[in-house]
Amino acid sequence: MSIFTIIKNRLAKGIVDIDLAGEIKQANILGRELRSVIDRKFKGSFNIRQVDTGSCGACLSEIIAAANPIYDLQRFGVNIVASPKHADALLVTGPVSRNMALALKKTYAATPGDKFVISIGDCALDGGIFKDSYYTLGGVDKVLKVDLHIPGCPPTPLVIIRYLLAFLRS
Amino acid sequence: MINTKNKEESYLTVKHADFIPTCLALHKLCHSPVMLMFAEDKRETRSCYRLNTAFYASGKQHWYYVCLDFPAGDQDFPSLAKEIYSASLFEREIWEMFGIRPEGSPDLRKLRLHEEVWPENSFPLRKDFKAGEIAGSTGKDYSFIKGEGEGLFEVPVGPVHAGIIGPGHFRFSAAGEPIINLEIRLGFTHRGVEKMLEGKDLTSGVKISECVAGDSAFAHSWAFCQAAEKLLDISPSPKAILIRALFLELERLYNHVNDIGGIAMDVGFTFASAFASIMKENIQQLNASLSGSRFLKGINLIGGVSKNIAASQKDMLHAKLNSFSSDLDELEKILFENASFMNRVENTGILWKKTAEDIGIIGLAGRASGIAFDLRQFIEPYQGAGFTPITRDSGDVLARLNVRILESKQSLHLIAAFLEKIKTGDLSVTPFVPKEGFAAGAVEGWRGPVIYWLKLNSNGKIERCKIVDASFHNWEGLAYAVKGEIIPDFPLCNKSFDLSYPGNDL
Repeated sequence: MSIFTIIKNRLAKGIVDIDLAGEIKQANILGRELRSVIDRKFKGSFNIRQVDTGSCGACLSEIIAAANPIYDLQRFGVNIVASPKHADALLVTGPVSRNMALALKKTYAATPGDKFVISIGDCALDGGIFKDSYYTLGGVDKVLKVDLHIPGCPPTPLVIIRYLLAFLRS
Repeated sequence: MINTKNKEESYLTVKHADFIPTCLALHKLCHSPVMLMFAEDKRETRSCYRLNTAFYASGKQHWYYVCLDFPAGDQDFPSLAKEIYSASLFEREIWEMFGIRPEGSPDLRKLRLHEEVWPENSFPLRKDFKAGEIAGSTGKDYSFIKGEGEGLFEVPVGPVHAGIIGPGHFRFSAAGEPIINLEIRLGFTHRGVEKMLEGKDLTSGVKISECVAGDSAFAHSWAFCQAAEKLLDISPSPKAILIRALFLELERLYNHVNDIGGIAMDVGFTFASAFASIMKENIQQLNASLSGSRFLKGINLIGGVSKNIAASQKDMLHAKLNSFSSDLDELEKILFENASFMNRVENTGILWKKTAEDIGIIGLAGRASGIAFDLRQFIEPYQGAGFTPITRDSGDVLARLNVRILESKQSLHLIAAFLEKIKTGDLSVTPFVPKEGFAAGAVEGWRGPVIYWLKLNSNGKIERCKIVDASFHNWEGLAYAVKGEIIPDFPLCNKSFDLSYPGNDL
C-alpha cells in the first residue's frame, strides 16, 4: 500500500470519528491567545518536563493523549521535553511515594532559572485515594511549591489543555 | 491436609519438612511457575504466620495453594527460591513486608521499601505496624550486581526517564555496545496498596483496585470483584459477565494499539506511531461514551456491572469497531511493508521459551515466547466464542508485536460475538452481605494474569488482600531479553514488553 493510498483513505474517512468539533474549536480559541502569550513571554515555546511520583499511569496516558494528533498541544507552542535542563515547568503526577521524593527534588534542582511546578491529578493534590498510606507523602506541595494544580482522576486531555492555557494567560 | 475451598481452589496445609517437596511436585505436575506467594499475619488469633504458595494447573483449571504455618517466634521458612526461580521476588517481598526470613535465600535485597528512605525493622504488613512512628532510613545503599573486567562500564538510567512514563532504575553493565547485564530496580511508585486495603469494606476495595494500575483498571477491578463474588457465593448474571468480557477486550484494544504505536515510535517511525495514537484515542472515546470513563473505571461492582450495553448502542459499536478494524489493517501494512522497521524488530530482544519457562514468564510476553497460556481459554464467555490463545515462537520484539496485532483482531471478533449474545438480563445481583472467608480472582488482563487473593474478617472488612499483576513476573524477562543487545535497542525491547511500574510496585 503506498503512502498515497493511506492518505487518500484518511481524507475520505476523516481523522477523528467521534465529534469533537465543539471542544476542539474552544481549544483553538484559547490556543490562539496562548500562542501569543508564549510568543511574548517564552520566546515562542513553553517546555514541560514530566515527572511521575507514583501515579497509577492514567494521568501519564492523558498527558500523552494531549500531545497526540487530535488535541495536538504542540501547535500552541507547548512542548514536552526529555530533560529538566530544557524545561520551563515540571508537570508532576502521583501522590509522591517516599522513594520518589529525592528524585523529584533533584529534577527540580536541575531545571534552570524561573520555573513553574504544575501538579496534575487528584493524587498529586493531597495524595488522593492514597492519602492515608504509610508510603506516600500526600501530594506534590509537601515537597515543592506548586504554581498550578490540574484536577481530575485523571483529567482528560482537553481539561489539561484548558488549565494550561488559563494558567499561562494569567 | 487438603481443603477444597471451592471448585477452583484447593488448600494443602503442610508441615515444615514437606513444604519444599510439595511445592516442587506441584511445580512439575502443573507445569506452573509460582503464580503467587504471600504471607498472612495470624499472630493475634493463632500466634503464627501463614505462608501461601499457589500453582495453577491449566489442564484442570485448578489453583493449588500450599499453606505453611509457622510460630511467630520462629521467623524462618525454608526458601523456595533456591529450587524455583519464580519464588524469588515473592520471597524478597515477604521478607521486607513481614520480616519473616526465607532461610537460605540467595537474595534478600529490598524491592519496594528502599534502603535510602525506610528504616530496618519496620514491616508494614504486620498487623501491629504503626505508620506514624516511621522515620529515617537504614543509611545503606542498594547494592547492584557488579560486572567486572577490562573495558566494562555501567550506565545508570532513571528513575526519571526521558519519556512520559513511570519511574524505574535501569543499571546496564556494558562492554562496548552490547549489554552484558541489566539490573532493574523498581518500587519507585510503591504506595502501600495492600496495607491500605486492610480494614476497608468491599466497595472501597473496588475503587482502590481501579487505581493500582490505571491502564489495567478494568482487569484489576474485575479480578477483585471476582474474588469477592467467589467468597460470598454470588454469581453475576451471564449478561453481566458478557459486558465485563466486552470491556476487558476494549481495554486490551486501546492498550495493544498504544504499544504497537509505541514500538514504531521507539524506532523513530513517527508516522505509524501518530496513526496508532489516533486509533487509541478513538477507542478511549468509545470507552467514555459507553461507560463515562476513558479508562473504564466505575463499571465493576461486587455482583455485576453498573453500565449496560443497550440494543440501541450495538450498531454504533459495530460501526466504530469496523472502522478500527480497517485502521488496524492499514497500520499493519504501514509497519510490515517498511524494510527498515522490520530490520529493527526482527531478532531483537529474544526471550527464548526455555528461559521464559525457567523464570516464570506469563501472559502476553509468555505467549510471544511460545507458552500457550491464557486464562481466557478456560472461562465463559470466551470458550463459547471459540477462543484459543495466540502464540509465536521466536520470542523477539516482532513476536510480541505480532501477538499484539493478532490479539487485537481476535478482540474485535470476540466483541462482535459478545454483542450478539447480550440480551435482556440483570446487570447486577441484589445487595450483597459481607461474610468471613477467603477466595481468589484471576483475570487475563492485556499484559497477562491479574490475580487478587482476598480475605474478609468477621466484620466483613478486608483482612488481607494480595495483588499480583503480570508485570511482577515479567520484568525479569526484559532483563534477559536485552542481554547481548545494544543499549540503543533497550527502549524498543522495553516497549515490546510494556510492563507496568505501579502494577509491579503496588
